[in-house]
Amino acid sequence: MKKVVGVINLVDEKNTLSELTNHRSFASVPFAGRYRLIDFSLSNLTNAGVNTVAVFTREKYRSLFDHLGSGREWDLDRHQGGLFFQPPADEERRNSGDIQSFYENLSFFKRSLSHYVVVTNGQLVWNVDFDQIIEEHESENADITVVYKPCDDPYTSGSHYNVLYTNDDERVDRLNLGVEPLPGDNVFLNTFLMKSSLLISLVEESIESGKYESINEAIAANLDRYHVHAHHFGGYVTFIDSIESYYRYSMEMLDPNVTQELFYNTGPIYTKVKHESPAKYLESSSVSNSLIANGCTIAGTVENSILFRGIRVGKGAVIKNSIIMQKCEIGEGAVIENVILDKDVSISPNERVTSDELPRVIAKSTVI
Amino acid sequence: MSKKRCVAMLLAGGQGTRLGKLTTRLAKPAVPFGGKYRIIDFTLSNCSNSGIDTVGVLTQYQPYILNSYIGIGSSWDLDRKNGGVSVLPPYMGQKGGEWYRGTANAIYQNMYYIKQYDPEYVLVISGDHIYKMDYSEMLDYHEQRDADATIAVLEVPWNEASRFGIMNTDDEDRIVEFQEKPAEPKTNLASMGIYIFNWKALEKYLTEDEQKPESSNDFGKDIIPAMIEDEKNVFAYSFNGYWKDVGTLQSLWEANMDLLDDDPALILNDPAWKIYSVNPNQPPQYIAPQAKVTRSLVNEGCVVYGDVYRSVLFYGVHVGLGSTIRNSIIMPNVKIGANVTIENAIVESGTVVEDGMTLGSSDGSISLIADGEIVSVPK
Repeated sequence: MKKVVGVINLVDEKNTLSELTNHRSFASVPFAGRYRLIDFSLSNLTNAGVNTVAVFTREKYRSLFDHLGSGREWDLDRHQGGLFFQPPADEERRNSGDIQSFYENLSFFKRSLSHYVVVTNGQLVWNVDFDQIIEEHESENADITVVYKPCDDPYTSGSHYNVLYTNDDERVDRLNLGVEPLPGDNVFLNTFLMKSSLLISLVEESIESGKYESINEAIAANLDRYHVHAHHFGGYVTFIDSIESYYRYSMEMLDPNVTQELFYNTGPIYTKVKHESPAKYLESSSVSNSLIANGCTIAGTVENSILFRGIRVGKGAVIKNSIIMQKCEIGEGAVIENVILDKDVSISPNERVTSDELPRVIAKSTVI
Repeated sequence: MSKKRCVAMLLAGGQGTRLGKLTTRLAKPAVPFGGKYRIIDFTLSNCSNSGIDTVGVLTQYQPYILNSYIGIGSSWDLDRKNGGVSVLPPYMGQKGGEWYRGTANAIYQNMYYIKQYDPEYVLVISGDHIYKMDYSEMLDYHEQRDADATIAVLEVPWNEASRFGIMNTDDEDRIVEFQEKPAEPKTNLASMGIYIFNWKALEKYLTEDEQKPESSNDFGKDIIPAMIEDEKNVFAYSFNGYWKDVGTLQSLWEANMDLLDDDPALILNDPAWKIYSVNPNQPPQYIAPQAKVTRSLVNEGCVVYGDVYRSVLFYGVHVGLGSTIRNSIIMPNVKIGANVTIENAIVESGTVVEDGMTLGSSDGSISLIADGEIVSVPK
């Protein structure tokens, strides 16, 4: 087997999830009751046998560092390879594009003696088979393979997407960076594969010429020079770019067909283990259409909601259409509707925390 | 190896005959418990939480599942550079080898393991019991009393005392007599099968016991009575918490049902005393719009469309539309179809229950569904 190293590139993350990304990186935003967004890409890499993974970060990486630890949960506590956590090395240049992070870590790519590099990001909820992409890359004789998904989300917002255009042979002939996609546009998932040697020379060239700030710019400018193959990812993937879309995609986890595809059909998704007891439903509990994580104790009513680990729902409390993160306490008789409670929020008995339309976010550790 | 103050020896070779077909392929300590755990998780977690980081696990009967479950002990933080968990099966030596003949013989055959750590004390425990206990407190008591051996005891109902090893103590909690399953018990202080020995004393008694051809090489029947006879300092250490020997289908069922009380005697989610287990990497449980789940424990990876009342669901259990599960224990990865009724039953891991079936009964018996067969035992 060809040796592959992975990079989870968080350098260009946008903090578009208001309170949820105020104190944590996008990649460590909690999702689906017990995961962080980064768990998906990271597990996909290790499921493909990639056991050397670097995580490039820029800021707010405290919670991410805590979450990843030694990488043990992803089998990345290795003597050979393993997990490499790479915050910016050069403070002066921390605001330049991600090409700087690749440049600072050239020795990582050189030392790894790997054949290929897979670069992805930490915000996609998906279960992708990277082995299959490597096979396709080789059979297509490509220099670079980029992964895309036709946009099926009419609500994407913000012009920070990258859209690619292909000729009949699925060869990329145009890559537009920083645009707002229309439904049907082929959105580049900021995931690509190339030989390590090519990545090294692209990065060195970019830095020497000073022409490109980001690795995507370097790829976009060299479509004539290299055979850039487009891989159409046919599975489930999220386009989370706002609190509204975070909420909407979270609620899709209540569809058993989606969770079947995400968690069972390809490889497992790993996350930090908390050793919580099974969820406990008391006599007065009433739960429907909800995702419940371990460590919860439920005496109230929960409908169309997602409860993360270790939540207590008091008797007579009602939670509807809401996302309740780890260790929240919902007092007896409280009413929660259309809200996202970040971690450690405590709602006193009989309080009402509701919102008519948009999901309302209650910041971490708030007491109401 | 550097010296350890206390080494734990965990007896995990028991077959658990009275658990019937549940233990066809696994030893009793590996039997699933409480929606997420195996029985041995409680003693391994107790060791870890008590600061005991060197644990020899003695296996014999059907060891594979237990061995692979324990692995290098990382789930209990027992993967250590010095010490950690070691699985100790019976072995062959130059002069042959033999099975473990009794609890004392199992430790005797592994004295080499204990010696390498040169400990002051040896804690002997069994992987058959459900309880939370801080062994370091018992160790402090053992030191304060300047004991040669300390046995943890529990007050049991008088009418059950004749099922246990019963201690007769003096005013200072010194054990003056040990009766194994007495017809007419003099006290109701039962041995919990938890012993702390001074290593030097234990080494001597184990070696002497091996020389007695009539000995059954058992702690309760041979070692402890011999120490009492020699007027060694043998003390009783009282324990007041929850403790259960889940050796029968009835007691296994009851101990699971105990967890469903509003304020259970055994708290599983105490952050200061976590019960660790091997994580199966499953997504959160999904409770469908049609489902009704009350007074139950449900683990990750479950998908519930039916009604679940007063039951324990392990990971990966599916309950189909229109099905009802009542007063039952459903072990990992059981798939229950639509319109099924299960009552007062224990369903073994991996069982597939076809649509429309009715299992178990409300006549006061418990049914075990294992290996595709149904066996009923009185509750």
